[in-house]
Amino acid sequence: MATLAMQAGAEIDGFTIGERVHRGGMATLWSVTHPGITVPLLMKVPLTSEGEDPAAIVSFEMEQMILPRLSGPHVPACFGTGDFERQAYVVMERIPGQTLYKRLGELPMPYEEVRVIGGKVATALASLHRQNVIHHDIKPSSIMFRARGEAVLIDFGLSHHRHLPDLLQEEFRLPYGTAPYMAPERLLGVRDDPRSDLFSLGVLLYFFTTGVRPFGETESLRGMRRRLWRDPYPPRELKPDYPLWLQEIVLRCLEIDPVARYPTAAQLAFDLGHPDQVKLTARAQRLSRDPLTTVWRRRFNLGAVPPRPKSDVAAQLASSPIMAVALDIGEGAEALNDTIRVTAERVLSTSPSARLACVNVLKLNRLAIDRTHDEQGQNKHVDRLVALQHWARPFGLEEGRLTVHVLEAIDPAAAILEFAALNLVDHIIIGARQNSLRRALLGSVSARVAGEAPCTVTVVRPSRLASQADGGEGDEAAEQAANAAATPPVVF
Amino acid sequence: MRLALFADIHANRQAFAACLDAARARGAERLNCLGDIVGYGADPEWAVDTVMDLVAKGAVAVRGNHDNAIGVPSDSMNAEAQAAIDWTRGRLSGEQKQFLAELPMSREEDNRLYVHSEASEPTKWRYVRDTADAARSMMATGLQITFCGHIHRPGLYSMSSTAKMTSFVPTSGIAVQLLPGRRWLAVLGSVGQPRDGDPAASFAMFDTVSREITFHRVPYDVATAAARIKANGLPHWLADRLPLGR
Repeated sequence: MATLAMQAGAEIDGFTIGERVHRGGMATLWSVTHPGITVPLLMKVPLTSEGEDPAAIVSFEMEQMILPRLSGPHVPACFGTGDFERQAYVVMERIPGQTLYKRLGELPMPYEEVRVIGGKVATALASLHRQNVIHHDIKPSSIMFRARGEAVLIDFGLSHHRHLPDLLQEEFRLPYGTAPYMAPERLLGVRDDPRSDLFSLGVLLYFFTTGVRPFGETESLRGMRRRLWRDPYPPRELKPDYPLWLQEIVLRCLEIDPVARYPTAAQLAFDLGHPDQVKLTARAQRLSRDPLTTVWRRRFNLGAVPPRPKSDVAAQLASSPIMAVALDIGEGAEALNDTIRVTAERVLSTSPSARLACVNVLKLNRLAIDRTHDEQGQNKHVDRLVALQHWARPFGLEEGRLTVHVLEAIDPAAAILEFAALNLVDHIIIGARQNSLRRALLGSVSARVAGEAPCTVTVVRPSRLASQADGGEGDEAAEQAANAAATPPVVF
Repeated sequence: MRLALFADIHANRQAFAACLDAARARGAERLNCLGDIVGYGADPEWAVDTVMDLVAKGAVAVRGNHDNAIGVPSDSMNAEAQAAIDWTRGRLSGEQKQFLAELPMSREEDNRLYVHSEASEPTKWRYVRDTADAARSMMATGLQITFCGHIHRPGLYSMSSTAKMTSFVPTSGIAVQLLPGRRWLAVLGSVGQPRDGDPAASFAMFDTVSREITFHRVPYDVATAAARIKANGLPHWLADRLPLGR
């Protein structure tokens, strides 16, 4: 292979080479410019000369295949690739600032700060997994942040793409990656489970909040294999003030069996975004590691574990959606809410790991900044939470899969849309009123949500027959609507 | 140049016509055929004429074991395949039979090899079932990319410069760049008799400039193809397996 001279001032495919920014074990980074591109650029060039690690070439090939297919704010934008025939390179957006690695000196960090960082990284992982890619090397040095705050994942050299050949499949006899962060199933050769990334993020959350790596720094295969049976010390054993909800989240990420972890990064992000709603299990309370009997059972039953069927990234993500049901809980909404429940049941029955977020908007008066309403407002808020819980009870969902939210907002549609975007909601179910006076006055919330939502929206409407039986049409409907209009503000 | 690649057409007119349309709609400039134009299906005359026409326009076509069995009776075929071959022989003209008999066993073009089966000994009609078969096939050629068929299930294999193998079941409609740093073996699915559980016809497109291969699945009129097999007195299993894709 002919290699062009990589030096400042040289030009490759229209990119002018600037200074060398970084030289790592696998690749060199150069700052480059291109006349047609205004964002700062980096050119990544693999080390391919004699005596270099052969992994450098393979992981570069993977990155070269995967990066151009990724989009969104959570990855560096890709501007071009060159192959090994002439000069192998990838040109990508240069993300300003440092990776999280630079902050290791600050550990342990405050819980709240780590919660926010973790939520951003989980959101970035959700975006990546939805693009059919598993990162497989989540660690502080592969995480950066945009000025606006979004986490950006870098380095896709060990990644797996569901729709592309996995060049690392048989390349290395030992699992390749960063030992302290590697999920246990990776040691068994599994490369197609997105929950491996959640394990790595769990290691990072544990490390950043305690200052201690949950599985140490061992690099030997023998040392790494311990995590197949040995659980880490619960954070509360190290730090008595460790929040219960945070230990619940971290230990769930670090479960040995991927099935016991969060089913998706989006669901993990959801819990990190709503710590007060995290369902606490025995995990949250633990003060010591599993007893030796449990550990030994795990260790010596390893071979007895039946081989898992190949996991399908897309199928798994699809079976674990976050559903938001927008509910009106005022008088006269029962018929519609019953219909919404039937629809939600149908969706839940096909998605065994779905999460249900019940949302109600408490509409604020545009002018009411009146302190005297605080007490009453607070009560209203609690009343609605209770009503949402009551509505969802027939689903019989275990608590970890159900959350309730009362959003206070002037614009109900905007509030629902924002909730859906922030919480990576996959599917909104919302009711539409028929012949409602209020709808005529306020415009249709459901129509706006359906039109502008970042995800699937199901608009539920009781069948005409049912609404007739309920007096949904004609004079009675007008009367009902008038009554409803007279009651305190009910939303949508 | 954008190439379309068809393997194992097996005289299925409905499937082949649907694939030709799909390939032309995707800008195919040359339509190459990887063998087994005939056998199993009820429209061998049309299938052979169509490929002869493509070859006259510059396409590459190689010989498959069913094409071969028209002129050289095979003793390794099962009863149904043999019945279809005997029936087909009676349907083809002398010119069509000669075309099949004169098809090359393999063809080279730039850095690409076209062959019906595993390439180490094409006349043995071996299948590429796994990475070991793929490695043997790739070792037998100095060319970077091999296209073959024969097994009726799409697959994509690669071999690194240190002889490490990868295997992959391609996703329909997703382009994969055949990176220049390694060798590749693309196993085409079958146009006329898919056996991977998906009854839709299978073909692939390859762009010689971007080096991207895209496998495609094309739904076609299975009912008519199956009905024609039965109407012509061919073994019913050859019709019944079409909607099952096996």
